Amino acid sequence: MFTHHESLKPTYDVVIIGAGGHGLASAYYLARDHGIRNIAVLEKGYIGGGNTGRNTTIIRSNYLTPEGVKFYDESVRLWRDLGEDFDLNLFYSTRGHYTLAHTDSAMRTMRWRAEVNKHFGVDSEAVDAAFVRRGIPDIDMSCGGHAPILGALFHAPGAIARHDAVAWGYGRGADRRGVEIHQQTEVTGVRVQGGRVVGVDTTRGSIATPRVLCAVAGFTPRILDMVKLRTPIYVHPLQAMVSEPLKPWLDPIIVSGSLHVYVSQTARGELVMGASLDPYELHQTRSTLDFVEGLSSHMLDLFPFLSEVKVNRQWAGLSDMTPDFAPIMGVTPVEGFFLDAGWGTWGFKATPVCGKTMSHTVATGRNHPLIEGFTMDRFARYQLTGEKGAASVGH
Amino acid sequence: MVCPLNGPRPVSEFAYGGEVRASPDPDTCSDAEWSRYVFDRSGSPGVKYEWWCHIASGFWFIALRDTGCDIVVDTFPAEAARRGLPPAGARAESAAAGDAAAAGGSRSGPAVERAP
Repeated sequence: MFTHHESLKPTYDVVIIGAGGHGLASAYYLARDHGIRNIAVLEKGYIGGGNTGRNTTIIRSNYLTPEGVKFYDESVRLWRDLGEDFDLNLFYSTRGHYTLAHTDSAMRTMRWRAEVNKHFGVDSEAVDAAFVRRGIPDIDMSCGGHAPILGALFHAPGAIARHDAVAWGYGRGADRRGVEIHQQTEVTGVRVQGGRVVGVDTTRGSIATPRVLCAVAGFTPRILDMVKLRTPIYVHPLQAMVSEPLKPWLDPIIVSGSLHVYVSQTARGELVMGASLDPYELHQTRSTLDFVEGLSSHMLDLFPFLSEVKVNRQWAGLSDMTPDFAPIMGVTPVEGFFLDAGWGTWGFKATPVCGKTMSHTVATGRNHPLIEGFTMDRFARYQLTGEKGAASVGH
Repeated sequence: MVCPLNGPRPVSEFAYGGEVRASPDPDTCSDAEWSRYVFDRSGSPGVKYEWWCHIASGFWFIALRDTGCDIVVDTFPAEAARRGLPPAGARAESAAAGDAAAAGGSRSGPAVERAP
């Protein structure tokens, strides 16, 4: 599926660090839409082996800020015909997405989000408890008696997709257009001269390049150290788990902020479940029993009949969190060094639009209009893009 | 985790409070300096001084922890911050080398300990 390249060339027009969904999508659109094909994508592990293959695959655009809603809605639009674009089945499946509200204040946030969403043409509605009961007949509306469901934000376009296939589709498309993807190639340094990027050092040799795009999620601070930039990014692990396969019974995607749960059922019948971030900084993808116990007990609040179902696997990824739960994208004070980071727990759904906007930004040297709310300098201006209210669960 | 007040306790009894950082003087620093203090973090893995709280007793203290491998090198009462903390890297190296005198601090026993 991918060309193996024996060695690195001495120079590239663009070097992309990280062969996850975001890096490969940027390479794909640079090659397809901007005619820049002399690109190396450097990956220290394997294609899609980071957070691209570790997320819970939920795609939605029911965010809270105008910047966020416009950005993620463009992403949902791109997702819909992506499989055709790639000639690859992404198992894109529109399911409908419920964000449950268990308190009056949560209902208020749902109404707020619904109004912002509708203003920007996104299909999103605050619904009552009866609507939820009809949509999810198997749910315990009382949640064990301690967190009764009052209503929800219902987002009909909410979808899931096969995450590995997204990386493969973008990777193959980029590869066919002449982009070189180098796996098992770790970046050890980014060379900067006079405030400009001039090259990259790797475990397989040095290369010269005027432009570097950093798309490495939880490893972002380590790359930023190489160019001596500091950002508000902090790294916590985020864990997830899947159950044994079951016959199809759960069509929509269910999220509960109060119970710290998000869950959907995949095409092969497994329940994919996630919860909050681990509570302290750690750069390790270890799994904990605490996580499985906590998440399982909240799953049983929602669906008590799952008590005999086994958990098959659990894993973790490194989330690059930001204080306002919005990403950090675009140009940086180092000329030629572009950042696609701060993707925390919300990056998978944005893969196509990140590719689109970052390829534009790298090709022109100017931020794409859709990412202007996400620039690195917003913190110095104290103009944050407060997206925490639209996070799936209270992290 | 070894609490300087309560001794060794299960790690689930503790809450993380972020890295220990020196604040600039709000009266004299520029807006840019202040925003760097408020927002920017040293996000890379490393040995860092951190605020931790023993929840049951409400006791805040400082832990020196390797955020790359989750090893608590040492813990100190909060007063240690006022006296001035030695550079985090130096402390970790001397502790890893088993230099008990340098790693001393608030407790006896092995200088390096894996968080439970």
